[in-house]
Formats: sequence, structure tokens, C-alpha cells
Amino acid sequence: MAERYRTEPLKLWNKAKELRLKFYENYAKAHERGGIRWAGGAWTLDALPRGLGEDVWSLTSEPYSASIAFNKAMSLRCLEASERAGFARDLCSYMRNYWGGIILNEYAFPEFSKTWPEPDFIFQDHICCSHAKWYQVVKDLEGEIPMFCVDVATGPAIECENGDFRYIPIPGHAVEYVVGQCLDAIEWMEKVTGRRFQDELLRKAIFNHFRSTSTWASICELQRTVPAPLDEKSMYSLYVHGTLGKASQWCADFYEELLGEVKDRVARGIAAVPTERVRVMSDTQPPWAFLKVFRYLEEFGCVSVGSLYTFGLIGQWEIKADGSWGARTIPASVDAIPEGREAMLAEYVRYELNKPEWQHFYHPKLKSAMMVKIARDWKLDGVMLHYNRGCEGLTVGIAENRLELQKAGYPVMIFEGNMGDEREFDEPRTKARIDAFMETLGLKREFATP
Amino acid sequence: MIEKYKEWYEARHEYAVQWKKKTGGKVLGYFCTYVPEEILYAAGVLPVRILGSHEPQSVTEPHIFAMFCPFCRDCLAQGLLGRFHYLDGIMISQSCLHLRQAYTSWDLHIPTQFSYYLPMPHHVQSRHAVPFLRAELETFRKRVEDWTGTTIGDADLRRGIQIVDRNRELLRTAYETRKREDVPMSGLEAMYMVVSSQMVDKAEHTQVTEDVVRVLEGRSAGRSGTRRLMILGSENDDVAFVDMVESAGATIVQDDHCTGSRYFWDKVDANGGDPLTQIAERYVRRLPCPTKDWPARRRIERIVQFAKEWDVAGAIIIQQKFCDPHEIDIPAIRKALESAEVKVLFLELDVTVPVGQFKIRVEAFLEMFAGDDLF
Repeated sequence: MAERYRTEPLKLWNKAKELRLKFYENYAKAHERGGIRWAGGAWTLDALPRGLGEDVWSLTSEPYSASIAFNKAMSLRCLEASERAGFARDLCSYMRNYWGGIILNEYAFPEFSKTWPEPDFIFQDHICCSHAKWYQVVKDLEGEIPMFCVDVATGPAIECENGDFRYIPIPGHAVEYVVGQCLDAIEWMEKVTGRRFQDELLRKAIFNHFRSTSTWASICELQRTVPAPLDEKSMYSLYVHGTLGKASQWCADFYEELLGEVKDRVARGIAAVPTERVRVMSDTQPPWAFLKVFRYLEEFGCVSVGSLYTFGLIGQWEIKADGSWGARTIPASVDAIPEGREAMLAEYVRYELNKPEWQHFYHPKLKSAMMVKIARDWKLDGVMLHYNRGCEGLTVGIAENRLELQKAGYPVMIFEGNMGDEREFDEPRTKARIDAFMETLGLKREFATP
Repeated sequence: MIEKYKEWYEARHEYAVQWKKKTGGKVLGYFCTYVPEEILYAAGVLPVRILGSHEPQSVTEPHIFAMFCPFCRDCLAQGLLGRFHYLDGIMISQSCLHLRQAYTSWDLHIPTQFSYYLPMPHHVQSRHAVPFLRAELETFRKRVEDWTGTTIGDADLRRGIQIVDRNRELLRTAYETRKREDVPMSGLEAMYMVVSSQMVDKAEHTQVTEDVVRVLEGRSAGRSGTRRLMILGSENDDVAFVDMVESAGATIVQDDHCTGSRYFWDKVDANGGDPLTQIAERYVRRLPCPTKDWPARRRIERIVQFAKEWDVAGAIIIQQKFCDPHEIDIPAIRKALESAEVKVLFLELDVTVPVGQFKIRVEAFLEMFAGDDLF
């Protein structure tokens, strides 16, 4: 059968790769440049450390651990090192990869550092049970690195009824709780770094955060188009910038550039997968060492257009007047963000607590409602759920999501695996499941490369 | 009278049904000990903890992915099997992700009048946790008022605090007696005592415990010469397991479980101030669950202190399979206990316990002490 659509490589592909590598280089070489290194999660309120100066570089734990997982040989060494240190095999596999790297004194990017570049301080968020605990162990392994964590689990920002969801106002005391912790964190950062905190840099970083997270959602909105301009495997290499430095100028600028290119692809009818017949979405982090399963889908003419994970891990959304789910409206310029530390933090926190991927921590029905909305509005034919043994935080409630998607009329395939521990992923078995699922969707493997 | 606890534990459902008949009051099932029982007692509601039955089951597979802990699945199974049919409401106070699923699936599939998720803060070491929780408790108070058609005034809250605190005080007194060389109660009896207090009306439980505490003064459990152990870790109300350990020649004299000391050790201590603030302070400052024990590990200090004060020779760390918050802490706890010269045995619990296999391991553990005696 012939290809239906034209395709072409992303023009920004190489730039995306360069930016990612630059991030890991900057962190590793920060001390050589007189700068500061800090570590924290991808969801950390990373606008805050940016108030310490322009030469402050971070290492975000989840994407860094995913990079280790992608390198099967290093990952195995790291996982086994964690196990030898007494940590259980069923713990979050990102954590185990990360801890293993510290134990082995290895950096996943040896071209930038032959040894593990220890952070100067830890600044972490906490909504998953493992978030703050992850860094307690880092402290155990590395000695007394100063650590501060901010609890962001203040309750849901959306509610749903009869399958539809809507955003609800964040209670004042919830904003005050998180802002209070942020104010304490700033004082603490000044103490542990000896630097004066600059509110203007914070304000700029908050604005960049708004730009990055809203623009990423705009990019994901364009995935509604048939044919999809991007496929999910490529999106993993693009959403990652938001997990590295969502409050940075470089990330916000890159996403704006990328939005322009994706709009252009839509206008010209450029497909990610030229054989697109059927559209699906996935869920949770993929098994990083086996991203080729997404290429396998293409052999059937199936494209995964994204997921709540790729859309909402970093992207910020809102319900528009026409009922659609679209990119969150942000202030027009940095000047529209209130002056005064507390006021700007309140605006930042109120915005961030709406993160789609924080909602299912409170109830799976909230995630189901968002997933069904994506399935409808992004014109999907089915759903592939990754029962991810490596991450409790994102698989919590996944079985209920499956039931709800089925109730809404979508065929659902589940496959068990692990985002960061390749020993728990069975490739032939997963492919056999995909074969059966594709058959139920009426597809044959007719685009396989001979 | 100490047998009463076991009776209550075994007939928890019958008790609740009878209580409803007798009082006409509402019964609320709760999933985690961070639930502020004081407010429920203030409203005349009976809070009962939802625990599993330690039986194999096949009803939760469609609802909870199998990598989550057996305890949460066992709890949900009780609901799906209709064993808590008498509940008027359910609630959870934000704790671990595992148990949260038991609550949310229950909420989705088992109709109840009242269902409440209380966003209990995780950062309990922050000075901002108390004001946040106080505001949440105010919202909760209003929701309970709407549900029960009552008004919960400050005087009612103080009464609720008094009811729960008195029970806590007595449980702690009973635990203190276990410091004696000739322990007055076995670990199994202590477990029945604490877990039953999560299932029956505290006023009634307190009445019995007042008498028990008096009796304990002159009682011997007849366990002289056995090894003094403590148990710690995830939720544990596995009486068959505790019975097995004690039958192997040990006596459990202290614990760190939410079905044990973590549940009752810290009081509200009302002093005439704002009762909601005082309740919030109690839950923020209580002996923490590992999910909330950061950035400093406060729990380990308490565990080591317990080990010393209760003069334990060894500790059994019990973990519900897949329980990440506890698993993460285990290497640090092991290190702290071993530094304090307390030997450690680690065991992983599932819904049912392989008693035979575990017995061999416990016996081998106890034999290590015999070796110390010889040399």
C-alpha cells in the first residue's frame, strides 16, 4: 500500500539534541566557570534557583535517569550497584539508576565529566511518595549536601462530573502553604550559597516558565491534526527540554521556534508517519531502552500522537470558551507579572498547581476525564497503557483509567514494563500484544521494512 | 478483660453494626491514621479503620495494578466483597500512593453517602504545615456538619480531643509497662489492644483499657527468658505472624507501626486554645509515616530510642511488598539499629504470610542471639 502523506525530518531536530547536551555539559562544567550546581526533580519549581544568578545550573533527576536507562550497559551497572547497597528492586527505577551512578562515581555524559558531578545543593518538589525520599538517600550517599523540598500536594485543581472536567480555583491557603515554603527556600538558598537573591531574575524565570509550559501545550494542540505533525517517539526528544529547564530563556525560546515549525508542518500537511491510518495514545513514561516499539507501530500504519504524559507533564492547559482543551493563557510580558517576591510567587504557584500530571495523584477519575477528552478531541482509535513497574507516581490509578477508557468506547491495550529497568521489559511479548491489538484495530503489518 | 481486645478485633463488623443499632449514629471507614478522629468523635461519628482480612482474593485485579502493595489491595477487597456494608462514609487523609488507590477505587465502585479526601500536608517539618492543615480541617469540619446535620462547635471538638487523647494516654501507659523485664503483656496482646482501638468506640475501649492498665501492674505474661524484640515497618495487623514469632521464643515489646505506636504515641494536649489548630499541630508533629519523614529522618531517632528504652536485642523490619516509602528507609534504619547493636531481620509481607518459611528465618535469627550467649 502506498504512503498517504508526505513526511520530512524536523528542521529543529539537531538543535533539540544540541540543547539537551549543552544542558548536561553546563551542569558538569559549572564549577570550572565559577558557577553553582544544584539537583532536583523535573517538576521542581526551578524558577527559584534562577534568582541566584545566571550561572546556576541544574541536573533534573528524572530525565537524567532516563538517559542512564537508555544506555543499557550503564543502567545495568547502576541498578546492580543500588541493589548491592541494599535498595529493593521494585523501587522507582529512576531513583535506582540515579543512586547507582553516585555509588559508581559515574556521569552519564562522560564526554563532560569522567566522574559524578556532585551538586552544591538539592532543591526538590514533593508530590509522589518518592520525591523527597529520593534525595534523602542522595544525602546519605554523598554526605551533608544541603537539601530543601517543597510539598506541592495541596489537593486537586480540577473536578469532574459525568466524565467532563473543569478547573476549580486553588484555595488561598494552598497557595499560601506553597508560597510560604518557597519564601523559606529562598532564604535557605541565600544561606547555603552565600549569594544575594535577585527578585528580577526570579520574575524573568517565572515568565519563561509560563512561556515554556504554555507553548509546549500549543505544540501538543497541533497533534489534533490528521495526519499528526509529530509522533510520540519524537515528542519524547522535544518535551524533554521542559523537564530540563522549563524556567529558562533557552527552553522558552526553543519551544516558540518549534511551535513555528510544527505550525508550518500542519499548514503543508507534513506527517510524522506517512502511513498514518490509525491514531493512538500511550500513557506514563515509556520503557526508555525500547523506544523502538513506537517504530514497530508504524509498520502497521499506526501513530501514537502523544499522551497525557507527554502533553501534561510539563504543558499547562485550560478549558477554552468553545469547550476545547488548549494552552493556558499567560501574561503578555514579564511586566505583567506582579512585582514583589511574594506576589510573583503566588502567581507562579497558582499557575503551576494546575499541572495536568499532578491531578491523578488525588483521584484516577480526574486523569480518566482528561484522557477521554484527549481520545475524543485528538481523534484517537485506541489507547496503549504502559503498566510501568518503574514508577508508582504515574501508574497510580492506571487500572481505573483503563476501565474508564473502555467505558468511553476506546479499545485499550496494556503492556507491562519498566521505564528504567530493562530487565523488566519483555520485548517479544510486548510485540505479540501489539500484533493482536493492531488486528483488533483492523490493521495489518503492511509497512514493515523487508 | 484483656481478651476483649481479641474479641473486638475478630468481630469488628458485628461490633459496628451493633453500635449503629444502639446509637443510631453514623460509621465512617478510614484508610490511614492521619485521619483526624477527634473531629469525627466531636460529630458523634464512629471512625473505624479499614484493614484487610489476610485472605487470598481475586476481586481487586481490575482496579489496582499488581505492583502496588498487598495491603491496599486487601483493604479494597473488603469493600468489594461487601464486608463493610454498614459504612455511611469513607475517607482518607493524604498519605501513600498505594493506600490512596484503595480509597479511590472504593469511592468509584462502592456507593457511600460521604467520601472525603483530606489533603494532609507531606512537609510536616515546615512551619507552614500547621496553618495549611488547620484550614483543611476547617473545610472538613463543615463537610462533616453538612453530612451529619450537626454543628461541631469548639466545645464539641474539645470533647472529641479528650475522648481520643485519653485512649492514647492509656495505650501509652500500657506500652510503658512492657519495659519491665517480666513483661506483663505479649506482643500479640498489645497488637490486639491497639488495632481494636481503631475499630471500636474509644469511650468503650478506654473503659476496658483503664482496667487493663490496672491489671498490668501486677501481671506477668509468663515470657521470662524469651528474646526481647521490636517490630517495625509498614502497616501490620498480621496476628498469625506475630503469634508465630512469639511462639518461636521471642517477645515483642515495642513497635513502630501505624497499627501500633505511631497511631497513638503523640497526644493533642488541648490547653484551651483553638482546638482545630491543636488538632493540626498533633497530626503535623506526630511520629511520622515515612512518606512524610523528610528532609530529616525523625522516625529513625525514635526507633533507636525505643530500642534502647525497651531494651530490645533485635528488631524485625517488616515491609509490605512494594511499599516504597518504607523500602527507601530500610538501609538507613538497618544501619542505625546495627550501630546501636540491635540485630536486624528483614521480612517482606504479602496478604498471606508463608508462616512455615518465616518461622525458619525467625528461628535462625533467634539462634544468632544464642550464639552471642555462648561466646
